[in-house]
Amino acid sequence: MSDNLYTVSMAPHIRSNASTASIMLDVAIALIPSLVFGIYNFGLRALAIILICVVSCIASEYLYEKLMKKPVTVGDCSALVTGLILAVNLPSTVPFWLPVIGGAFAIIVVKMLFGGLGQNFMNPALAARCFLLISFASLMTNFPVVDGVSSATPLTSLKSGGSADLLKMFLGTHSGCIGETSAAAILIGAGYLLFRKVISIKIPLSVVLSSAAFIALFSALNGSTVTVPHLLAQICGGGLLSGAVFMATDYVSSPATAPGKIIFGILIGFLTALFRIYGGSAEGVSYAIILANLTTPLIEKLTLKKIPVKKEALES
Amino acid sequence: MKNITERLYNGLFKENPTFVLMLGMCPTLAVTSSALNGIGMGLSTTAVLIMSNLMISLLRNFIPQKVRMPAYIVIVASFVTVVQLLMQAYVRSLYDTLGIYIPLIVVNCIILGRAESYASKNPPLSSLFDGLGMGLGFTIGLTLIGIFRELLGSGTFLGMNIPVFTDNFTTVSIMVLAPGAFFVLACLTALQSKFKAPSATNRKNGFACSGNCHSCKDSGCSIQKSFQSDLTEKEAAK
Repeated sequence: MSDNLYTVSMAPHIRSNASTASIMLDVAIALIPSLVFGIYNFGLRALAIILICVVSCIASEYLYEKLMKKPVTVGDCSALVTGLILAVNLPSTVPFWLPVIGGAFAIIVVKMLFGGLGQNFMNPALAARCFLLISFASLMTNFPVVDGVSSATPLTSLKSGGSADLLKMFLGTHSGCIGETSAAAILIGAGYLLFRKVISIKIPLSVVLSSAAFIALFSALNGSTVTVPHLLAQICGGGLLSGAVFMATDYVSSPATAPGKIIFGILIGFLTALFRIYGGSAEGVSYAIILANLTTPLIEKLTLKKIPVKKEALES
Repeated sequence: MKNITERLYNGLFKENPTFVLMLGMCPTLAVTSSALNGIGMGLSTTAVLIMSNLMISLLRNFIPQKVRMPAYIVIVASFVTVVQLLMQAYVRSLYDTLGIYIPLIVVNCIILGRAESYASKNPPLSSLFDGLGMGLGFTIGLTLIGIFRELLGSGTFLGMNIPVFTDNFTTVSIMVLAPGAFFVLACLTALQSKFKAPSATNRKNGFACSGNCHSCKDSGCSIQKSFQSDLTEKEAAK
């Protein structure tokens, strides 16, 4: 009798080994090249900012959950990733109290108050960046001096009609936020994430291609000539690449369906181009992503495949 | 006399329009960028509220049921026009700051709400004090929000610099913009709820208003009482 006992369980029977913590650690590993380059480019102060961001995010989550008598979820590493992404988006010159406020805002207001990981309606780190950018505009756009040369960020000079050195932009040895300057480092991280199948290529690719297309379209409408180097500079400059790879692909706030991902990416590209060409400031990727985050439930609802059901089943 | 104090207490705490009833959110969010604006908006609304409550209560037996809303709007709009012209004449700077939100007092839901739920059913004196209580509750709400937004967003208090504070503090500009109003309103409402301030939604026995008056068993709630009396009236009419 005992020989014939079978274990009966519900589907799914084959499970992936991936867990929240393993995926988050993969994202953290993919961020390392950008952050290490940021430290090389901007000096040890960048390292201090990164550490403060991470500690602030993890401490906020821990303290909130302790105070609210909820189970502590610091172990899933999502607060670590939020802290790293926040650091990617800050210039290294900000005073040390600013990342503390940013981390607390990201975790407590955007994530925990809405129910913790999986319930946040927009990317916490980006929402915190936008909060800081609106609140402390002068501190957040006070970009550091690189190689002893004080200069505008490439995007700002593009906006005012100048040109940018493409090789320098690809390598990243120019001014900007800590983790967004080097296209090469971001691409290494993207390669790792794609290799580990943590992200799909759909969102980053559609963001980059559509923003290039819309920037070309809007520039042409504005009457300026569109050149390939200009478009490449627009893609490498600012937070477009880091946003497309690390922030737009956030599992919680981006659509889960395949066609939804492409629509989501194109929406981000459209908004980015709109803000960059017609907006007051040179950069607009972070606003584009959090606005697109808000449309995620709608996109998912529209692109969810309907399972065909026989008429008889519906009638009974 | 007991009725009067009860009305004032009701407006200031129990059914505070800003933190409990959540009425009049449009001016609450729009004009509270400084404490003085909050006081100005609150007091002008209070003036309109007192007069309109009194007038509607006096006319409550003459206004036909079917056209009561247009009638209320006409009464409220007349008083708003008076207040607007007076402000334009005597407090010009406040008039310029509040701008479109003064004429918009006409459609403030606190005023129409009190007209509909209280003044149209109660005698003039109670209605007048109901208006005063509600108006002052609204003023206190707006002023509190204004104080916090001004302090964090501009580093001043009632327009004055605070020596130690202003110099050592980087202002958080988002607080004087629209999102700041939501942050401060949410924090203050959460505090009110946390410390169990006396209100219609915070009962000692842990009762919390779910907004569903139909199945509510709470006999101490004035909203529930008027709902039940409306219900029995309707059934009697049938």
